[in-house]
Amino acid sequence: MAHPRFAYAPAPESRAVVRLRPSYGLFIGGEFVDPLDGGGFKTLSPATEEVLAEVAAAGPRDVDRAVRAAEEAAGPWAALAGSERAKYVFRIARLIQERARELAVLEVLDNGKPIRETRDVDIPLAAAHFFYYAGWADKLEYAGLGPAPRPIGVVGQVIPWNFPLLMAAWKLAPALAAGNTCVLKPAETTPLSALLLAEILQQAELPPGVVNIVTGAGDTGAALVAHPGVRKVAFTGSTAVGKEIQRRLAGTGKRLTLELGGKAANIVFEDAPLSQAVEGIVNGIFFNQGEVCCAGSRLLVQEPIADALVDALKRRLGTLRLGDPLDKNTDIGAINSPAQLEKIRDLAASGEQEGAQRWEAPCALPAQGWWFPPTVFTGVSPVQRIAREEIFGPVLSVLTFRTPEEAVQKANNTTYGLSAGVWTEKGSRILWMANRLRAGVVWANTFNRFDPTSPFGGYRESGFGREGGRHGLEAYLEP
Amino acid sequence: MQTSTGTGPIGADLAAPARTVPFGVPAPGTEVVRSESELRRFLLGLPGVDQVGVEERAARLGGRSIKAAAKLFAIDAAISMVDLTTLEGADTPGKVRALCGKARRPDPADPSVPPVAAVCVYPDLVPVARGALAGSPVKVASVATAFPSGRASLAVKLADVADALEAGADEVDMVIDRGAFLAGDYGRVLEEVFAVKQACRKAHLKVILETGELATYDNVRRAAWIAMLGGADFVKTSTGKVSPAATLPVAVVLFEAVRDFLDLTGRAVGVKVAGGVRTTKSAIGYLVAANEVAGEAFVDPALLRIGASGLLNDLLMQRQKQRRGAYAAADDFSVE
Repeated sequence: MAHPRFAYAPAPESRAVVRLRPSYGLFIGGEFVDPLDGGGFKTLSPATEEVLAEVAAAGPRDVDRAVRAAEEAAGPWAALAGSERAKYVFRIARLIQERARELAVLEVLDNGKPIRETRDVDIPLAAAHFFYYAGWADKLEYAGLGPAPRPIGVVGQVIPWNFPLLMAAWKLAPALAAGNTCVLKPAETTPLSALLLAEILQQAELPPGVVNIVTGAGDTGAALVAHPGVRKVAFTGSTAVGKEIQRRLAGTGKRLTLELGGKAANIVFEDAPLSQAVEGIVNGIFFNQGEVCCAGSRLLVQEPIADALVDALKRRLGTLRLGDPLDKNTDIGAINSPAQLEKIRDLAASGEQEGAQRWEAPCALPAQGWWFPPTVFTGVSPVQRIAREEIFGPVLSVLTFRTPEEAVQKANNTTYGLSAGVWTEKGSRILWMANRLRAGVVWANTFNRFDPTSPFGGYRESGFGREGGRHGLEAYLEP
Repeated sequence: MQTSTGTGPIGADLAAPARTVPFGVPAPGTEVVRSESELRRFLLGLPGVDQVGVEERAARLGGRSIKAAAKLFAIDAAISMVDLTTLEGADTPGKVRALCGKARRPDPADPSVPPVAAVCVYPDLVPVARGALAGSPVKVASVATAFPSGRASLAVKLADVADALEAGADEVDMVIDRGAFLAGDYGRVLEEVFAVKQACRKAHLKVILETGELATYDNVRRAAWIAMLGGADFVKTSTGKVSPAATLPVAVVLFEAVRDFLDLTGRAVGVKVAGGVRTTKSAIGYLVAANEVAGEAFVDPALLRIGASGLLNDLLMQRQKQRRGAYAAADDFSVE
């Protein structure tokens, strides 16, 4: 807890930089248009439950219109010289930087995550992805995908609510650089930053139809991926929906990449740099309230240091500040939706019922909004739900191991395979572990570190395909 | 006389006849090392410090936004933690007296400004400071032990300490033998700290690690443990003569060390950051780090000091800004 005399005064970022419109249409053919099917929904602020705006729900005819706008734009966009496409993508990157504060505040309002994260992670990384792929646009023949790789055409992209703008950037940047045109479907609970991005695309004078944004719920996404004009689908979200998409796309000839759930092991050996391991555990599972597909939700700790590490972790969690996500000192924000909060509560309750010991960080939860305190389960056995199912919340399950072999075995004992972390001062062990862990990303002595140059993606039920780096172009090019 | 410099096996340590190293001395904490080889094993067995990780943590702490009432509290706390320092070859009694005046009453126009913690000078100027600070709560601190390099025999170092104490110093800031430390002669470093602590009797001992010369965070942590095992009341980052001096990541490592030492022994050792702390913002960063890493009790002049000279006027200026809403001119504050 904070020092009684040194209690940090509120330091809120001003929300005056954001001008919310009362309602938003669909972004099709370079303009905001009203939906043909006429529906709409409200988007709420998770920290206060206030209504932020009314957003259009795209029906099948709207999706069709968006895909056709993308089809019309596809030829000229693909025919443009790579160096010309690069100019647009660079321009988008710079405009994101220019409007970074606005985007950061808006993302906080719509998602509930703390401003420290949107300001320092989400928005700068989104800009970095556009910068990185802008550089590729005129060098595609050197991407290792053949001497003259061609764009695929219209791509349908469905993204989640945990990193709304960043996921839009991960999807759009490589697709645009490679010469594709896009129809993007943001998550139902977090459409606003994508709609602000649409304004930025207008500001960048991106040719109409190159990017279309259709807001809506699962139906909209289903209509988009099923549309015959879509030649490639990229989806980030839950494993259940990913499987459904894969089933529907079977036999259609459409290309597909999926980035799905995870149940990552964060493995701490007895010789680890303990203080930094504690930071890495915190960053692994409490970053973005644990609403991260690659979150280090299973802590595997070597038995000799288990008690000391858990004690140090609990002490550290006592200093985390939960509350107003616009406050620059807030570490833990609100849970994105009541449905997600319910899921977290349900799984946490199962942990207790199945015999694990529950510990919550001592922090008061605000009366308004959707909140869940940082929670640690010890005495977790591999058979329990909290050790197997993705919680997607600020809940850590602590398991122990004795030998490196056992660590690998336990880490890989999951249906997922997105990420893993290894903490040890022994370099050879890091490499030994990395070769054996079935995870798309293995972090050594760090966690949840992202860079546009580094490919990211999963194994097994965490999906397939890579985003980021040279590898990220592969999904958007044909040899 | 102390003759042993060895890093030999246990038997050799036990056989060394006239050693003053605190092996086996029942002082708090020293129970963890009973011989030189055990000290070595202990220090090398401390968990490593990951450079990238600790620097990231420090950046996060430095990014805390301290506003309004919290900022006012932090500024006054920081003022009361300042060891107002002059350590120049050109120091004169006049300069020291001027500094003491500032220390007693940092802002003559505003009596609500607290006095600083101490004035820190070379041993030969301790009598001047002592006289100028008579009747005030401000302590007199003196560097000693062949400051800043520490390149002298232990006998000379102890004489230096005795000199400072005789002249009336309340606090002694010693330097460790960085050469011995980097050569792996941890026993010798411990021996010196212990000897100086004995010589200090009731005076507070601050042990300067000169972290800029130790180079790695692992070394900083080990040196801090040696100092604490030897009886240090404070571990201090730097002499101010070597760059880099105090940095936030180094302070984080020190706050972790004193926290762990407190857990192990029940004895609270303080931290002094010195050199390079020139702005209110950076001073507040150290207070935040103390608060969140070591714990709330460490945000107190008894356990946190800031060795500085230029910092004080920036603290005063920011204090006035917080209270009156506008900045004063630089010349509204005295320059010593």
